[in-house]
Amino acid sequence: MTSSNSDFWKTLGIYLFGKAKKLSLAFKKAPTMKELMMVYYAEAKSASLSGRKVAWITSGGPVEPLIAMDVIPVYPENHGAMIGASKMGGGLCEKAEAMGYSNDLCSYARSDIACATVNGGPIGGLPRPDMLVCCNNICGTVLKWYEIQARYFNVPLFILDTPFCHTGYSEEAARYVRAQIDEYITFIEDACHKKYNFDKLTEAGLLSFEAQKLWQAVLDTAASRPAPLSAFDAFYHLALIVTLRGTKEAVSYYQNLLAVMKDRVARGEGVVPGEKYRLLWDNIPIWHRTRWLSNKFASHNACLVADTYTSAWCGVTKYIDENRFMDSMAEAYTRIYLNIGVDEMAKMVLDMIDKYDVDGFVLHSNRSCKPYSFGQLDIQRIVEAERGIPCLMIESDMTDERSFAEGQISTRIDAFMEIIKERKKETR
Amino acid sequence: MQKTDLINALAEDPHSYLKEIKQKNAAKVIGFVCSYAPEEMILAAGALPVRLLTATENPHRADLHFQSYGCSLARSILDAALAGRLDYLDGVVFPHTCDTIQRLSDIWRINLPQTFFADVVLPVKLTSPAARQYLLDVLQKFRGDLEAKLGAAISDAALQDAIRLYNAIRRNLNRINELRRAHPGLISAKDYSDWVTAAMRMDRAAYLSLLEAFVADREQAAPGHPASRAKKLVLAGGGCTTPDIYGAIEEAGGVVVDDDLCMGTRYYEALADESLAPLPALADRLITRPVCPAKHAGLTRRADDLIARVRRAGADGVIFILLKFCDPHAFDYPYMKEMLDRENIPSLLVEMESDGQAGGQLQTRLETYMEII
Ligand code: SF4
Ligand code: SF4
Repeated sequence: MTSSNSDFWKTLGIYLFGKAKKLSLAFKKAPTMKELMMVYYAEAKSASLSGRKVAWITSGGPVEPLIAMDVIPVYPENHGAMIGASKMGGGLCEKAEAMGYSNDLCSYARSDIACATVNGGPIGGLPRPDMLVCCNNICGTVLKWYEIQARYFNVPLFILDTPFCHTGYSEEAARYVRAQIDEYITFIEDACHKKYNFDKLTEAGLLSFEAQKLWQAVLDTAASRPAPLSAFDAFYHLALIVTLRGTKEAVSYYQNLLAVMKDRVARGEGVVPGEKYRLLWDNIPIWHRTRWLSNKFASHNACLVADTYTSAWCGVTKYIDENRFMDSMAEAYTRIYLNIGVDEMAKMVLDMIDKYDVDGFVLHSNRSCKPYSFGQLDIQRIVEAERGIPCLMIESDMTDERSFAEGQISTRIDAFMEIIKERKKETR
Repeated sequence: MQKTDLINALAEDPHSYLKEIKQKNAAKVIGFVCSYAPEEMILAAGALPVRLLTATENPHRADLHFQSYGCSLARSILDAALAGRLDYLDGVVFPHTCDTIQRLSDIWRINLPQTFFADVVLPVKLTSPAARQYLLDVLQKFRGDLEAKLGAAISDAALQDAIRLYNAIRRNLNRINELRRAHPGLISAKDYSDWVTAAMRMDRAAYLSLLEAFVADREQAAPGHPASRAKKLVLAGGGCTTPDIYGAIEEAGGVVVDDDLCMGTRYYEALADESLAPLPALADRLITRPVCPAKHAGLTRRADDLIARVRRAGADGVIFILLKFCDPHAFDYPYMKEMLDRENIPSLLVEMESDGQAGGQLQTRLETYMEII
């Protein structure tokens, strides 16, 4: 199965090789996410044939400097989400456990580490990296994970060390991260054996900034009643802002998406039929259960109108100066949602509750992601105290489908929705 | 052996000692997590730095803030603080280490107002000149924070004194490690662990004189110490806590001759260069000391060090101790084991459950392991 899968991708890759460039620009109508992702992965998989370099990079890492040098960025975390969505996480995690990795570790890391050795998963593994870029602004896990892959593939590793901002961004951190951006540029030059192209970086920076603003605008449309898209749609459309931010494709994709959403708003078309209740989601999606959860909430006329996860890729536009991208990038990448204190996160949650006018808060306590999950109990307490809305915490795992107690979670969602319905009746 | 009694007692229950010393010396007591805390700075500010380590059976207060998949260290010290058992502390310091401690710091700051609270956000990558400069900046900032909030100026001279005192302590601890390498069994694993633990809790000057006496006593006993026939072992792994498996190891016929533990050589092996200015001396020590897996100092540095340690001690094998839910150590274990395998160094993995107990028939596993190595 695995090998026929990868054969398929190889064939597709070779077929698209050469055509890929043209194809990606020449879709008659706006290309769909599927088409874009197919071209993207085909290009990445055939990179060695086309002479392009592949870099594996963490989801919060600065991708623009790679794009500017025509390096293809590949995201093991995005791959982890695909593995989760195709319910292949459990099997790969078991494989990692057999390799000696504790099953308490992040399941993205576990499935990727296992996948690299067998080229398994839904697309027959990721293309081999020429270099690795690890930014620890999301967690300490990625450091360990990329060290493992650097040993396995024996390729150079660049670590962008973004000091954690418990209570703000310090001057010394600013100097430190800025200095590392220069180290990063040198690293890319060395890995690509050519001089850095700063004009291209400016261009990629502008496109990235543009895409982030568009993505925010798309998410903002969910403030309308009924919401034209839900968090479950956002989980899907997110892939491009993660993988192709800094390219024209991403910008035009989100321009189209925004137009569609605005049109739906104008026509009063909601994504959940008969939307009555609006909820906010916290943490990484439970990839193996998105459809089940979406249906479950919809059956209560509830729509997850926003989430803290997908907004992480546009939450820092306020720190970006598109005319000084290289300098402002340091701050923007250091102050992202997972690299700030729990109290600041709680403030952002409260803002979202107000902005999207939600009736309840659902927190996914994600065994895999400790920096995202520890602190949630305090955020929940703050939300209850400050906004008085019902909160529900469900414990699961984003990729490892073995940790999902469907019956229990279903009952708890029903009970939670009852409380919300009662509340709504009272306040009416 | 009254001295050793105090040392053992400090490992069991530091609270009464600390309360007493606080009253007697009118000193401030500052708690810290993790061996990367710049303790010398705290001491130079006239306060007593105390490492927070406590085991709580049932941390139900922590349950309200910290999910069950956090390591027992983080959960139990939070529980102790919430229960008021650490009320004698005048402040806490959180060096940046793993994801768990990073969030513990936030939760602590939000729920437990302290007179003094500081995050020391150390670099994670230790291999670049920029990281060293940043570390210097962070130390300077920490010095300013301490001065401002404890109302005590930290002079270079006081810092030099603190560095000299810590170096003296660390030199003696290194001597103990040498002695147990050269004379396996001369110092029991439990005593060793208690001495290292006390080094992070006791009044440092008083500790040093006890330690010197202990070292002298052991030096004297060394020549007559009977050669040990036990299997020589190096311990490695997650040691943010003091695992209670030493008795079991010795009972199974093993003797510990060296370690790569947080409550061991990672804490004391490296000394600060007294000929440098204090801040660069501290920074360089932190950069070059045996590295913790939450930091990056090269791709195979920890395994290389461990192999060198095994060779130096002529050890028969390695026992890895992993604390449940400790990510950094769990990520390093497979590659370290693999590198040991390649060198034909046998190793055994012991997982400590979150209640601090080793799971799965520890005694039998240890005995089987001793037989095969
Ligand atoms: S620990 Fe969390 S942030 Fe880090 S890689 Fe895993 S899921 Fe992502
Ligand atoms: S035991 Fe591990 S997870 Fe716990 S504080 Fe220490 S390094 Fe962090």
